[in-house]
Parts: sequence; C-alpha cells; structure tokens
Amino acid sequence: MTESVIEAANVGKSFGDGPASVQALKDVNLTLNGGELTVLMGPSGSGKTTLLSILGCMLAPTVGTVRICGTTTSGARPEQLAKIRRQHIGFVFQSYHLFSTLTSAENVLLALDVRGERGPKAMAKTRDVLASVGLASKLESFPRQLSGGEQQRVAIARAIVAEPSAILADEPTAALDAANGQATMAILSAIAKERGRAVLVVTHDPRLFGFADRIVYIEDGALRREASTSLGPADTQRGDPSQWNASSKAISSSSSQ
Amino acid sequence: MSLVLTLAMRNLFQDRLRFVASLMGIVFSVVLVMVQMGLYFGFSAMITTVIDHTKTDLWIVSKGTKYFEDLSLLNTGTKERLLKIEGVSEVAAGVAGFSAWRLPDGVMTSVFIIGTDLASGGLSPWNVVEGTAQSLITPRTVVIDRSYYDRLGASGVGTTAQIRGLPVTVGAVTDGIRSFTTTPYVFSGLRDAWAFTGLPTNFASHFLVRLKPEANIERTRQSILSSISGIQALTPDQFSEQSRSFWLFRTGAGAALVAGALLGVIVGTVIVAQTLYSSTKDHLYEFATLRAMGASNSYIYQVIICQALVNAVIGFGIAALIGSGVVHFTAKSALQVVITPVLIVELFVLTIVMCIVSAMTAIYRVVRVDPAIVLTR
Ligand SMILES: Nc1ncnc2c1ncn2[C@@H]1O[C@H](COP(=O)(O)OP(=O)(O)OP(=O)(O)O)[C@@H](O)[C@H]1O
Ligand SMILES: [Mg+2]
Repeated sequence: MTESVIEAANVGKSFGDGPASVQALKDVNLTLNGGELTVLMGPSGSGKTTLLSILGCMLAPTVGTVRICGTTTSGARPEQLAKIRRQHIGFVFQSYHLFSTLTSAENVLLALDVRGERGPKAMAKTRDVLASVGLASKLESFPRQLSGGEQQRVAIARAIVAEPSAILADEPTAALDAANGQATMAILSAIAKERGRAVLVVTHDPRLFGFADRIVYIEDGALRREASTSLGPADTQRGDPSQWNASSKAISSSSSQ
Repeated sequence: MSLVLTLAMRNLFQDRLRFVASLMGIVFSVVLVMVQMGLYFGFSAMITTVIDHTKTDLWIVSKGTKYFEDLSLLNTGTKERLLKIEGVSEVAAGVAGFSAWRLPDGVMTSVFIIGTDLASGGLSPWNVVEGTAQSLITPRTVVIDRSYYDRLGASGVGTTAQIRGLPVTVGAVTDGIRSFTTTPYVFSGLRDAWAFTGLPTNFASHFLVRLKPEANIERTRQSILSSISGIQALTPDQFSEQSRSFWLFRTGAGAALVAGALLGVIVGTVIVAQTLYSSTKDHLYEFATLRAMGASNSYIYQVIICQALVNAVIGFGIAALIGSGVVHFTAKSALQVVITPVLIVELFVLTIVMCIVSAMTAIYRVVRVDPAIVLTR
C-alpha cells in the first residue's frame, strides 16, 4: 500500500526570467504513496498550487525530475503529458470546474470518454462511483441544481472514476461550509484507504488536518517540515496547528523522501 | 448519442441567441451561394438552350459569331460547297434574326425568328405541347412558347397575328423554350424567315451539317475549314462552350454571379468563425478542464468540430428549404434559378467545409489554453 506513486526530486520552478523572475519552488523533494492522504499546507503564495501542478504534470519543473508510477516526465511534450494525466492522475479543483451543460452522470462519463471508455460498462462505473459519494439520486441533475458540496462530490467522482493512481486536490473544501468540507475530506481519505490511491490535498483549514496521514508544510517555495499523524480522522484535535510543534519534526527540504 | 456530440450541442444551444445568429449567417451565406450558382446555371442553360436541343454534328456560322443569336451571315451557296465535302451527308440552312410581331390591337413587340428547313433536317422546336412541329412546313405558320402568350397576345394553336406585316397562324405551342434575351423565340419555315427578318434570300444564318455514319467529325471539320473561308465549324459542345464563355465571362455577367457566391462563402465563414470562437472562449475553462483531465488534442478538436457540424447541418437544412422556395418561385420567370442535385451535394460539402474552416480559429484558441488555469480560479 505504500508504493510510491509520484516522486518529485530536487524540483525547482521559476516563472519569468531576469530581475522580474519569481522563484516559486526551490529544491523540493516529495513522494506521494499509495494508500496515503497527504495534506499540503502553507501561506498564500508559498507555491502549493505550483507544486500540485508540477506533480500533476500540468506544469514542467524548471529543474529536477518528476516520476509518475516509475516514468519520468522530463522532456515530455504536452500531448504526452496529457496521456500521463489521463492514465494516472485525477484532479479536484477549488471551483469544481464541472461542465455546466452536462448532468452529474455525464460529467463523470466524460472522464471515461476521454479515455475511450464508453457504453453500458462506463455507465455502470459512473453509477457506482456517484453512489459511492452519496449521489445515487442526483445522476440526472445539472451542476446548477446541486449544492456546492454535491458539486464537489461530483467532481471527486469524476476524478476517481477512471481509477487513477493519484488524486490531486487544490483547496477542495475552500468553497464549502464546515460540514461539507468534513464530508469531502472523509471521501478523499476513504479513497486513499480503501482504494489504495495516493491523495494530495492542499488546504488551509486546520480542522481538516485530522484526515491526513502526513502533513507537509511549504513556505517560500521550500518544504519546511513534515508531520506524520497516526490518528484516525475522528481525532481532529491532532490536526490543531497549536500542537504542530509537538508532533512534527523539523525537516530539511531534502529529507522528505 | 456520443458524449462529444451531446457536449457540442448543449454548448451551442446554451446561448440560443448566438446560435440563431450563427445559423442566420450560414443560412444567408448558403442561400446566397445557392441563388447565385442557381442563376449561373439557369443563365448558362438558357444561353445554350437552342444549341443543346438541336441534333446535329456541326454548326456552321460566320467567323466572329459568338452565340446562337449573334449576327451571322453565310452565302446560301455555301450549302452546295458543304455537301461536296467528304463525309457530309446532309446540310440544312437556318435563318435567325429579330423581327416585329403585331398583336391584333396593333401593339408591336419584338420577337426572335428562328427559320428552319425541316425538310432537310433543320432544327426543330422541342417540348411541343399542342399541335406538331411539322406544321412549320405549311407557309405562314409559326410555333411559339406558351410562356409568351401574354407578350404575343396568343391563346394557343390557331391564334393569328402579323409579323412584319405578313399574316401568320400559330401551328404549334411549346413549353419552356425561353430566350435569355427575353425576346420571345418564334419558329417559322425557312422561306417565311427570310420575309420576316428582311434578310436577303441569298444569305442564311447558319447551316446544320450532319455527317455520314463512318465520317470522322474532327477530320471533316478540318476539311470544311480548309475549303471554305470566313466560317466557323463547331460541334454542339464547342458552340455551347463558346456561347457560355462569351456571356458568362466576356460580358462579366457570370463573373459577377461567381463573385457574389464567393462573397457569400466569405461572409458565412466569418460569421460562423466568430460564433464558434466566442462560444469556445465562453467555455475556455471547460476546455482547460478537459486538458487537465488528460483529453488528447484530437478529442478537444472533436468537440469543436462537432459544434461546427451541428451548425452546418441545421443551417444547410434551413437554407435548402429556402432554396427550394426560390426555385419554385422563379420556375416561370425570365431568369430561372436552376438547382441541380449535384449543386445541392456541392453546397452541402461547401457548408461543411466552411464550418470546419470556421472552427480553425476556435481550435487555434483552444490549443493555446494552459490547463493550469483551472487551478488558479
Ligand atoms: N504563471 C505564473 N506566472 C508568474 N508567477 C506565478 C505563476 N504562477 C504562480 N506564480 C507565483 O508563484 C508563487 C507561488 O504561487 P502559487 O499559486 O503556487 O501559490 P499558492 O501557495 O497556491 O497560493 P494560494 O494559497 O494563494 O493559492 C507566487 O509568488 C505566484 O505569484
Ligand atoms: Mg493556490
């Protein structure tokens, strides 16, 4: 269950060049393992989204390498990166990004369709996955007919239906209230536990840290420290940042293999 | 229905107003092209109608004569010379020219006389619906088209009138023989035609030459040209082509029609391109999401091209309905819009091509979208 799915080694990223250049990531080493929910946290502008984009093959690092299920992404062209995403990665976005003109079921089917999976089998998978996020009765609803929490669950269903090895979620709960945020995290955690996927969640919300197997802290584009939590989701106390120093070990940015 | 098609249709129908605007662009463009091309074909069929309906191997006309109605003067002695040429079996003289038709109430209208020597195989009126073409053998008998009844004050076989002061009787009536000059054709016997047109009897306008079965057309044509000067010897195809190229291209009439059609294509393409582009821009985050989901370029092109095709099919359907209305409406007019099945197929292909070309701008926009934008909003 702990095989590495995504490995980032000595990853750096800068935007633009010359004096106006921004160093968004510096020498980042991070491994996402199957069966683990990793929470990435850090101040605004610290490079969380940039890191998630690089891990998800949407952005190429300036230096360093990323390996997805053993395959390096260095030098891959956009079309090849798309193929890697198609095969291995599911995204969940803060603003859901559902297709407004498609129903829940169609939104999920689309993820199978881009992979060439069609027909009754695809429909059955779609039904199952929507049922697994508690939306069995909303198959025919359009996004505008769903609450934010329901929309995010459709988005999660879409991300996992093709059974990618890794699920990357950028602030998936930011637009949701506390209860919906907890429910969303519970689903993501279950995906890691029950399906053995590598799940990375960017969040600011300390109440959600309890769902994490690992918490990675990023600041100024560098990983600062990592906390390993062995407690279950119910113990949200453990995720309290006030207890962070006690449970976390200070790490150098290169020690988080 | 495939999901790509569902997505394409929903995206299109989501903004109804824009969709209607784009359809109107296509309909406008296709109808314009259809009418222009229909006029072109109608016009070109009309220009060569006499040539196309005359069964002969060669037309002999004066040098410089461009089309059937054009002035042509040939010495009648030419007939004997033609008959002496090897391979020639039959020669019929014809006289054509303008004249005046006097209605019973004294009103004069101009007509175009086609005098024919039926006995020696001269051209014969076609589409005869009343009486027979053979009535032209009877002196002072003419054949007219029923679409000119009003102009000629006629009501069918037996109608009488005067041409250049000479009394005539309608011996037969045709249907749909219309001249592009809008001057009605009046068929008559050869002798009468000399009298009606005022042409001296030692001149004819054309000769129809029929060859012996074993004769080679091209070789006979060459020997006619080398033994008789000042004439053209043309196969029906050559004569048609010469008439068409004169009227359609030398006069600019055809060029104007083609230019109009071209303009229609350009306007249609621009309108469709504009709507597809703006629809794509509206759905840019969706396309970026598709890319983030790992959709290949070709998958994304499919969505856009599907939108273009939905536009094309619906737009063409409406345009075809309007087009058939135009055809029906102009069927009995001076200038008919002729839409052949081949033209319909060509127009459909053109519409599809036009819409796919229009999709290029949208595709150009989409391939430049950075999937990472979905994370920043
Ligand atoms: N496309 C880009 N071009 C230039 N600079 C960029 C680009 N994307 C990110 N940056 C910069 O890189 C740094 C990290 O940005 P990033 O979006 O990763 O931060 P973040 O941790 O996700 O912040 P937030 O919590 O506000 O979402 C910021 O300084 C940002 O301005
Ligand atoms: Mg961010």
